[in-house]
Parts: sequence; C-alpha cells; structure tokens
Amino acid sequence: MTTMKAATQFDTLPERRETQQDLVAVAMSGGVDSSTVAALLQQQGRSVVGLTMQLWNQRRLPMLQGDGPAQHRCCSLDDVYDAKAVARHLNFPHYVVNFEEQFESRVVRPFVEHYLAGRTPIACTNCNTDVKFEPLLRMARQIGAERLATGHYARIRRNEATGRRELLRARDETKDQSYFLWGLTQEQLSRSEFPLGELSKGEVRTLARRANLPVAEKPDSMELCFVPNGDYVQFIHAYSRERGTPLSEAGGEIVNEDGEVIGRHNGVHNFTIGQRKGLGFAAGKPLYVLSIDPQTNRVVVGEDEALRRRSFEVESLNWVSIAPPPVPLRASVKIRHKHDPAPASVEPIGQNCMRITFDTPQRAITPGQAAVFYDGDRVLAGAWIR
Amino acid sequence: MKRVYLDYNATTSVEPEVLDAMLPYFSAEFGNASSIHTFGQRARAAVETAREQVAALIGARAQEIFFTSGGTESDNHAIFGIVSSSFTSANSSTSARPHIITSLVEHEAVLNACQALAKQGVAVTYLHVDQDGSIDPQDLEAALRKETVLISIMHANNELGTVQPLEEIGRVAKQADVYFHSDAVQSAGKIPIDVNQFQLDLLSLSGHKLYAPKGIGALYVRGSTRLKQLLYGGHHQRGVRPGTENVAGIVGLGKAAEIARHSLANDAKRLSALRDQLEHGLLNRVPHSRINGARAVRTPNTANLVFPGVEGEALLIALDLKGLACSTGAACSSGAVEPSHVLTAIGLPTEEARASLRFSLGRHTTQADIDFALQVIPAGVEQLRQLSPTYQKEAAAKT
Repeated sequence: MTTMKAATQFDTLPERRETQQDLVAVAMSGGVDSSTVAALLQQQGRSVVGLTMQLWNQRRLPMLQGDGPAQHRCCSLDDVYDAKAVARHLNFPHYVVNFEEQFESRVVRPFVEHYLAGRTPIACTNCNTDVKFEPLLRMARQIGAERLATGHYARIRRNEATGRRELLRARDETKDQSYFLWGLTQEQLSRSEFPLGELSKGEVRTLARRANLPVAEKPDSMELCFVPNGDYVQFIHAYSRERGTPLSEAGGEIVNEDGEVIGRHNGVHNFTIGQRKGLGFAAGKPLYVLSIDPQTNRVVVGEDEALRRRSFEVESLNWVSIAPPPVPLRASVKIRHKHDPAPASVEPIGQNCMRITFDTPQRAITPGQAAVFYDGDRVLAGAWIR
Repeated sequence: MKRVYLDYNATTSVEPEVLDAMLPYFSAEFGNASSIHTFGQRARAAVETAREQVAALIGARAQEIFFTSGGTESDNHAIFGIVSSSFTSANSSTSARPHIITSLVEHEAVLNACQALAKQGVAVTYLHVDQDGSIDPQDLEAALRKETVLISIMHANNELGTVQPLEEIGRVAKQADVYFHSDAVQSAGKIPIDVNQFQLDLLSLSGHKLYAPKGIGALYVRGSTRLKQLLYGGHHQRGVRPGTENVAGIVGLGKAAEIARHSLANDAKRLSALRDQLEHGLLNRVPHSRINGARAVRTPNTANLVFPGVEGEALLIALDLKGLACSTGAACSSGAVEPSHVLTAIGLPTEEARASLRFSLGRHTTQADIDFALQVIPAGVEQLRQLSPTYQKEAAAKT
C-alpha cells in the first residue's frame, strides 16, 4: 500500500525550487520590509534562506511588560512566527538563530552605560555594525550563503574607478537609513545587499500585497525593539536592577551656565541634549539641556541660543565610500537621524578622531549620537560624537 | 533533494503497521472505551490488548500500565504523584520536608518538575555524572536521607545515549525502601527493559519515540505504589488517569510496543554497526573531532560528537540545507540555543558544548544514509572552520 512507502521515504517531501547555487541569506525581522526583500530576491530567481535573529528574551524584565501582549517588537515570538509564515508562503528554508549574548553585550549593555554616562546612544547602529553584519553575516556564510540581504533603505554601489563599495542614501529620502549604516567595512558592504534602496515604502507595500505576503498590512515598527512601550528610562532602571547595580535615587543638580543651582533632577539618564520637557520647573524663558556632566552628576541648562554650536569632536571614525582622503575635507554632516546635513569642514586630530566645524552653528550636537559625512547621496564616513 | 533523517531521538515516523492498526479506531470503531454497549466494548478490548502489549515490552503486568498523553505527563505524574502522596502518608513524619534524588542529566520534564517542587519546599538532590554521563550508585547511596521519598533516574540519556545502571540503582532503592522512577522514553524499544530486574516502581514511556504517534505515552506503576493522581475527572483507568481514552493512540502505542519487542535485538545489532561506522568515519575524516560519552554503555542508535571550532547551530543549518537532519544540544520554543545542560554536566566547556551535534539513527536508517552523512558532515565542518577566526588562529598556532 502506498502509505507504507511514503512513511519511510523522507526524500518525497515536497521539493523546493532552489538549488544551493548562489544562495542568499535574508535577515528577516518578520516585518514587511525584510519579507518583501525575500519575495523580491526569489522573484529574481535567487535561492533564498531566511534567518531570523533571536536577540532579546521578552520574558526578561517582566515588570516592564505592561498590559498588552508583546507585539510588533523585533524580538517578539509573534514576529518570529510572522517571518516563518512568510517563508512558508514563499516556500524557502527559514531558521531562527540565537544572538542574545552578542546583542546584550554589544548593544543593550552599551546602550544603558551610555545613558548613565550622560550620552544619548543609537542602539540601531551598534546592532547593524556588531550583530547584523558581523555574527549574522558570518552565520550566513557558514551555512553556504555568500551574501546577506536586509530590508534597509539604503544603496550599495561599486565604484569601478576606486574598486570601493559605496554606501548611498535610499532613493526614498523619508525612509533613508544610511545614517545607521556608517560602521560597515568594505568587506561587510561587499557581502551585503539592500534590495529596497531604490524603492519607496509605498512601492514596497504594493510588492508585498502583490506577493500575497501575510505581513503585507503589518504596521511599521518604530520603537527600539528591546524597550517595551518606548520607555527607555524604565528599561534602564529594570536592567540595572537585574544586573545587581540598581540606580541610586539620589539624583543631582540642575545648574545654569554660570553654575548656579536652579533645581534638582532624578538621574542623568533621563536627559538628552536639547531636551526641554521634564526639567521639573517653570522658568521665564524656555530652558533646554545644554550638557550633561556624569562626573558631577549635573545637568546644565540654558536658552535655545546656547544650544547652537559650530564645532565638535568625533571618534571611532570609519571611512565608507572613500579611502581616507588628504584632509581637511568638506562634507555635509548629519548629526542625528532627523537632522538635515549641514556643510562643514572636517580635520583630523588623532587616530580615527576628527574635529568638525559647521559653517553655521547647529542645534543640540549630542554626545553618543553619530556624525555622518555625506557628499550628495554618498556616505563618506561616520563617527561617534564625543 | 535527497533527505536523510538522523534525528530519531527527537521523534520517529509512525510505522505503517502501527498506522494500519490505528485507522479503524478513528471511524468504524469509534466507541468510547467506557461505554457499556458493543461499540464501547470493542474499543475497550482494543485498549486492553494494547495495555498487554505495552506491559510485555517492559516485563510488567497489564494492570500496572496507565496511558497518558506522553513522556512529559508520565514524568510529572510520577514525581508529583509520589511527593503529594508522601505528604498525606500516615507513616511519614509530618514535620520533615520530603526529599527527591535525581540527576543533572535528566530530561526537562523531570528537572523542571523537581524544580517546581523545590519551590514548594521539597528538597532535591541532583546527582553528578562522570565525563560519559553515568551516575555512580555510591553517590546515590550517600545522598539518601530518611526523608527521601523518590529516586528518579533516567534509563538512557536523550543526548548522549548513556545508559544508567538501573539494576544497581534499583538495589539501592529497594534496600532504602524508597520509590524508584525511571524516564525510559529514550530506551524503550532500543534496549531491553525489565521492571522487575530493575526493581522499578514507576517508569515513563512515550509513543512517538518508538514509531507510535505523538500525544500518547504510558506510565508504569507497580501495584503497591502509593501514587496521588495528577488529573481529576471520571473513573477512567481506575481513576489514576481520568479522561476518555485516546483509543487510536493507545492502539498505536500497543502495536508499536509489540513490534519493538520483536525487532529490538535485530534493530540494536544493525543500528549499532551503522552508528559505529558513522562515528569511526567522522573521527577519521574530521580532524580533532571527539565522541561525547564514548566510554559509557550507550543506546545503539545515538552518536554525539564535538567538532571543535564549529558553531553547532550553524553546522546544523548548513547540513539541513544539504539534506541531512540532525540536532544540537537542545531546542527551545523560540529557537534559542543555550548550551545543553547534559553536555555541561559531563564537563564540556561552553564552546565545546556548542560545537556538538547529535546524530540518532532509527529503524529506517540505511547504509546509504550513513554514506551520505559521511560525505556531507566532514565537508560542512571544513566549510565552517574556514570561516571561524578562532579555529584558524588555533590551527595556525598548533602547526
């Protein structure tokens, strides 16, 4: 009888179309962007393997979970299931890979430590540089995929004259994520693909619907994936408690530019440069955070005009689209995700350190954020503001 | 693509004869085994036949077999059931906390049940194992207390295949007059089991590990055992395990047990030859590879090897993409990979535990499957080592 044979023949499993040639790994978050990447590559005839990173155990820090289910955050089980559903729908192999250790040591812990040191970190940049395009890319190569495709909105182009891979802004400027990708090396860029770089978000949704992806109507996730409800202050408290180093309740002083104490605060991690809300007192003129001094535990406030500065220093510089140029250099420099790049001069002041001087003062230059140098659409380099 | 399955310790395919035996009980023979009428009587007859078949596999009497939903339920029932009944037992001292002895290499169904009891105030001793995963019966004797109510030691380990000395443990348990439970999910059908020779009071079985379906299992309970029930309901299975009997599943388990009883010796001989061939082949073809638990008495079908310099998770995926199914230390719901508690217990450092893979053979494994494995595994390991910065560095330092 036929069932007898079927029960013992595992090679009768429904076969997938692809062969192992030109296998490309897709980093799948379970969202519409990376799912569409998988669909696009498959339509181009590529062999796709989906990889979803397990980065953070949502059961940790249970006090942060709030009421609702842990939905639409990149590490929730729902998202893993969504990624699996897309892989099933398109019929390509998919695996969940665990990088919780790397994510904690290279993203979460530094994120908390930076806030406690009075800086304002960007977790997504660390995650790209140190997790997605490091252990995940290595995993992709180990399982036989030479390249890793992601749902980032950015473009990679090979410059035939210099031989370098250039990183470019996305065609859709409103979605551009090149600001978060400046840490990639030439090696990493040569093994990466950003198939959405030429597309608008609307076009991606259309493609997702056309491919009948089960996530085509899933809302975009905007929050930091490991911080429930976007409440990073509460997260820092809970994480510090879990590590056995609960934060002191003592707080510190709020001072004006002359050093006069004008109020008290409950911890430097509550503040970022340029912040107006949460200073806890009313003043005649609007006051903003000008600087944060973790040594003295002081938050310095002042008027808007004092927030504007021309010059600052950066460290840990990475040249992306160009080799280290004969400096100084002119570039458009972007100092946070929602900042319009402004013209500046860039001069070296030491190993991988630069002094950047804007032509006109810019508001709220914030330690811990990145300064990314652009030439038109090209990302020339990036570095951390110190 | 050719696909080879070397993960029989995770689950097995339902044997065609087993499926054939089950099929009538989904439709034509659909009666409730507790009903008085003929429909019920026919279902009852099938259930009781299965009970005899399962009993025969382990040398028990039919009335000592209770059908459950699987290994996890059987383990939980044995552990919670004995501890709960010790609380109400007249001859136990009311003030003392009951004490359980188990081992560090048990299945999670046992470990987590013990941990749950520990939170309720029960004392638990976890026996250490040697580098091959065996416990020392002398450690067991030393761990006994007058409050000890249960010894729960698995028969064969799921990851290593290591077989524990149940006969010696049984002797110690008997002498101390302590109930003795064994999780035999990984040994049933692979090696002989005799509940009397091992002096067992309780034993857990799972259907899907021996070519019966998932969702059916059994618990052996020696006649004189004081065991509190886990579930409350009707009078099914003499109230020990209420719930309308899963007749088709029970029939499948019975048939599978019968087949296992007859084919066990031949299967063991054939599989141990193939397993040894796989192990020797890998040791020869993969530099620096080692067998975990090599010196222990092992089930004939299980091979667990460490391939230094390799991330086991990546190797498993790479092999799956080439058509070979095997497993790493442990799998979780989310797919998170933590170093296996078994490999940690035998003293493997974290990086070696993570560099370990388990290959488990079964009744349908062929010589061609082993040839295929010996072709793709060494190539897969080499591919990963090429990309491992630490392994390349170490290899360079050695030369």
